[in-house]
Amino acid sequence: MDNLLLETYIWPAFLVAGHSLLILVALLLWLGFFMYAERKIWGAVHLRRGPNVVGPFGLLQSFSDILKYLFKEVIFPTSSNKAVFLLAPIVTLFLALSAWAVIPVAEGWAVSDINVGILYIFAISSLGVYGVIMGGWASNSKYPFLGALRSAAQMVSYEVSIGLVIITVLLCVGSLNLTDIVMAQQTVWFAIPLFPMFVIFFISALAETNRPPFDLPEAESELVAGFMTEYSSTPYVVFMIGELANIVLMCAMTTILFLGGWLPPVDVAPFNWVPGVVWFLLKMTFMCFMFSMVKAIVPRYRYDQLMRLGWKVFLPISLFWVVLTAGVIQYFGLAA
Amino acid sequence: MTLTALAFYLFATVSVASAFMVISARNPVYSVLFLILTFFNSAGLFVLMGAEFLAMILVVVYVGAVAVLFLFVVMMLDIDFAELNEGFLQYMPIGATIGLILLLELLLIFGASTQLVSQSALPQATPEGMTNAEAIGRVLYTDYIYYFQAAGAVLLVAMIGAIVLTLVKSENPRRQSIAAQNARRREDGVELVDIEPGQGL
Repeated sequence: MDNLLLETYIWPAFLVAGHSLLILVALLLWLGFFMYAERKIWGAVHLRRGPNVVGPFGLLQSFSDILKYLFKEVIFPTSSNKAVFLLAPIVTLFLALSAWAVIPVAEGWAVSDINVGILYIFAISSLGVYGVIMGGWASNSKYPFLGALRSAAQMVSYEVSIGLVIITVLLCVGSLNLTDIVMAQQTVWFAIPLFPMFVIFFISALAETNRPPFDLPEAESELVAGFMTEYSSTPYVVFMIGELANIVLMCAMTTILFLGGWLPPVDVAPFNWVPGVVWFLLKMTFMCFMFSMVKAIVPRYRYDQLMRLGWKVFLPISLFWVVLTAGVIQYFGLAA
Repeated sequence: MTLTALAFYLFATVSVASAFMVISARNPVYSVLFLILTFFNSAGLFVLMGAEFLAMILVVVYVGAVAVLFLFVVMMLDIDFAELNEGFLQYMPIGATIGLILLLELLLIFGASTQLVSQSALPQATPEGMTNAEAIGRVLYTDYIYYFQAAGAVLLVAMIGAIVLTLVKSENPRRQSIAAQNARRREDGVELVDIEPGQGL
């Protein structure tokens, strides 16, 4: 009896906890160095040096920043709603991290390889807006509230085109499982036949994660710091890590949906010796680099332009591509 | 089995408790937040039944889109709590009637369903060897395709209706012409003028 209990419940629970811990630690380390890399990239684009003081080449800059935030005093605005105010960053971080439960970083390397993986990620990432809205509302201050409203409208709008892009990919795969999606790209990465969708997905991902040129919820020229205006110290850093984790999640999603996940570019000798996780990380690094470059070189959109792009440009194009893809697959009998 | 039962009781308790909080919370924003918690736990119950597709769709549609708009509206309300409480007694009879009718209906359904369940043991979420999405698609797009299309048409009509109702017709609508804006060149808007001192334009 004791043995059964151990084998059916305790050991699997232990394994899952270990897996989750491993992926969380790896992710948080990645985030630290991603932050550093971003600042270095912006520095290089702007002909500055970027962080170069803490640690060799400034490598430990992000960690010293995080420590600095953690040791500062938490300030609550006088008329804020304290419970929701604290809950908002926690929700953001929790959602951003929990989506990683289903991401396969190499063949079979997922904490949980569920049947509806892509829907799970879509569901979790569509909830990211709550952290922003709750934070903006609970601060009980004008700028955060305006930022929260902008963010709600923006994230809901771009979710529509992201959803349609995902449907296009799913039509080509015939499964909602993330491993199946990657395996379907063995002959050709979806970035090639579905190139317009790849571009739309990338731009929508920028808007979905409130990254420049779509960072209107925190546009400093109009809204101080948007929904984060009243945040300081630990809640602020939790918010920031959550947002970064969302960005890296979007990079991982692009990698899985369009860049063939852990598959090597061509399945021949020197390339397929490299383990899959290395390819996955390389592709993710490339996407993160693209995110940083966009922030460094593209000026911010106006809010009406942002809404127009989402509803009047991306929605019709992606809807058309869904119909086109479905038609081509049906006509040529390519259905899996 | 025990683990599933434990998870069921956890999700069920939290969803019933948070559903109760939805109607009893003083602050409407809290109500919406508890509503989200209820949706989440119902999604958990769906997963336990093996209907993971429905669970995810519930989260995507209701939590990710509908509740966001609820929250959007509710946050902007200027709430006077004293006034809210005054209305309570006034609306009490009609609310109680609706509640009573719903309770009776639920009791009837429960009475009928216990007999059904005892016949078929545990209901299976999907037929053998078929994923959730496949099973639901097969039912939705073959047996019930006309109902499905009709539901779509109803939603479209509702959407157009909402737009027509809120559309304000003005004499001078300030429409943006993106093509005209993009076609504008520097020469159209900027002119370099040499001004003699003391003359002005």
